[in-house]
Amino acid sequence: MNSEIDIILKVRNFSAGFLKDGEVYPAVDRISFDLRKGETLGIVGESGCGKSVTALSIMRLLPVPSGKYIGGEILYRGKNLLAFTPEEMRKVRGNSIAMIFQEPMTALNPVKKIGRQITEVFELHRKDLKKAEMERETLSLLEKVGIPDPLQRMSEYPHQLSGGMRQRVMIAIALACKPDILIADEPTTALDVTIQAQILDLIKELQRESGMSVIFITHDLGVIAELCDDVVVMYAGRVAEKAPADALFVSPMHPYTSGLLESIPKFEYKRKTRLKSIEGMVPSITDYPEGCRFRNRCTFAFEPCSIKHPDEVEIAENHKVNCFRYGG
Amino acid sequence: METILKVENLKKFFPIKKGIIRTTAGKVHAVDDVSFSAVKGETLGIVGETGCGKTTLGRTILHLYKPSEGAVYFEDKLISQMTQRELLPYRRNFQMIFQDPYESLNSRHTVGYILEEPFIIHKLENKQQRTEKVKKLLDKVGLQKNSLDKFPHEFSGGQRQRIGIARAIALNPKLIICDEPVSALDVSIQSQILNLLMDLQSDLGLTYIFISHDLTVVRHVSDRVAVMYLGRIVEIAGADEIYETPLHPYTKALISAIPRPSAGKEIKRIILQGNVPSPVNPPTGCYFHPRCPIAQDICRQKYPDLINYSLNESEQMAACHFAGYEK
Repeated sequence: MNSEIDIILKVRNFSAGFLKDGEVYPAVDRISFDLRKGETLGIVGESGCGKSVTALSIMRLLPVPSGKYIGGEILYRGKNLLAFTPEEMRKVRGNSIAMIFQEPMTALNPVKKIGRQITEVFELHRKDLKKAEMERETLSLLEKVGIPDPLQRMSEYPHQLSGGMRQRVMIAIALACKPDILIADEPTTALDVTIQAQILDLIKELQRESGMSVIFITHDLGVIAELCDDVVVMYAGRVAEKAPADALFVSPMHPYTSGLLESIPKFEYKRKTRLKSIEGMVPSITDYPEGCRFRNRCTFAFEPCSIKHPDEVEIAENHKVNCFRYGG
Repeated sequence: METILKVENLKKFFPIKKGIIRTTAGKVHAVDDVSFSAVKGETLGIVGETGCGKTTLGRTILHLYKPSEGAVYFEDKLISQMTQRELLPYRRNFQMIFQDPYESLNSRHTVGYILEEPFIIHKLENKQQRTEKVKKLLDKVGLQKNSLDKFPHEFSGGQRQRIGIARAIALNPKLIICDEPVSALDVSIQSQILNLLMDLQSDLGLTYIFISHDLTVVRHVSDRVAVMYLGRIVEIAGADEIYETPLHPYTKALISAIPRPSAGKEIKRIILQGNVPSPVNPPTGCYFHPRCPIAQDICRQKYPDLINYSLNESEQMAACHFAGYEK
């Protein structure tokens, strides 16, 4: 794969955090990753690992005033999004980079009709369209995301739709301007398995059609296996491992990744046997340990782990890990 | 094998009130004619999607909701007709573990008191013995002894769930209904809690009714599994049968829709169209027919009986006119 040209989004040494009692605690700490054109990148980790903060930062949507962009760069087509003015950023948001959220009910406006919420996107980003054209586009969008009876649905409110339908509407809004990048933050976590299967299917199909890149954030390794080309595993605000999805599931390198993979029940396991588990719990943001943040739960931890955080080592092609076991 | 719990034609309807004089405008069929039994020492998993009535079923069994119709027998005692006062002495035998470890513990009480309360309610032991017992409980669920004087907010989600479990096993119950016990927890913590539950089961000979929407978790912990759809059990069988040779088309779709974290193997996914219908006006005939890929005329007219289709000694019950039929 021709690397440099294909890369549409480049995150370099990026840190962001929250202000609390006069101190800034970094929720993501010096992370770097690339997103190629047309690929699906999964970001996986447990609550508090910084995956959502990463997503919000790319959209420059961290809460004001507590959210702080501490350092590093987020380069979209070579331009640093962190240096954009709010006006410039508004042109990017929803137009070139769009986002869907976990809970579609809170992400949609409850007092605006579905159709209106979609045409709003056109009014912001495609002012050249006439009103009738906007409505026609809206209708075809709703059809595309598989909403039955779209004309009727356009004049309904979010509360009249089911969870799966609402998520489809969110996707329609996100896709309205044919974005280059779609960021999906746990889009199926609030949905049932059969509905989740529908939505994942839809995202795959739309991606195939349009060739957009997707950043898919989830805690569900099953969904990652299903959907993603590449995976970034995060732990306590830092990247633990980056790998192509197949390589990650076949040969996880970081002790955290392998621990995580072993701890979920699988169909191949004998029933009612003890599961392997990672002892202890995720450290809180206010007292991360010195050195590697996973070392207190790690079975391989040795001296260097307590001194500094390991550097990234490339073990196989595109398979990178931050762990002293591999040299760090 | 000793049957510990028997549920017969259990129904729970919630009335929908409308207008100023609050007349009943309809009923939510939350649990609709459910029968099954559980034997001592087993784990019966109950799976289904949101709104299928699995939580209501759990609560109705424990008499936290009064059943609308039907009977619940606990060790041959008919408990569904008892008043709360009559039920109290039996209550210590069946307990519940809740989903949300943040809301199921009283935030104003210390952990010590939360765990002591069951003994106080049932007037067991004196103060000193109670404290001893509580310390033993903490040890059993893997919490430190100094937790006694702490409040729930000082603990993480996983630790709180351990407190909830300690409370449930305090009075040596025989049956525990686990309602989504690990759904609110992170992946790395989930396996700790599942291990704890399985260890306690083999140590104390507990019977679990394990309610969850996570099919992989249910497969791992259960001996038998019941699949619910819109308030009814559509299939109940041994865990291996349910996951390897499901008969009901809904079970098939459900199993195939599970995202699996193992690379390589391609699974043919059955993607169901549409949504779960409202339990206020369930469809005529088989409740699943509007979404069913193999529905025929008879499915629109008659609700199928739950019939045993197993070819050997084991039991595999399914409620479908065309059970096992491939499209």
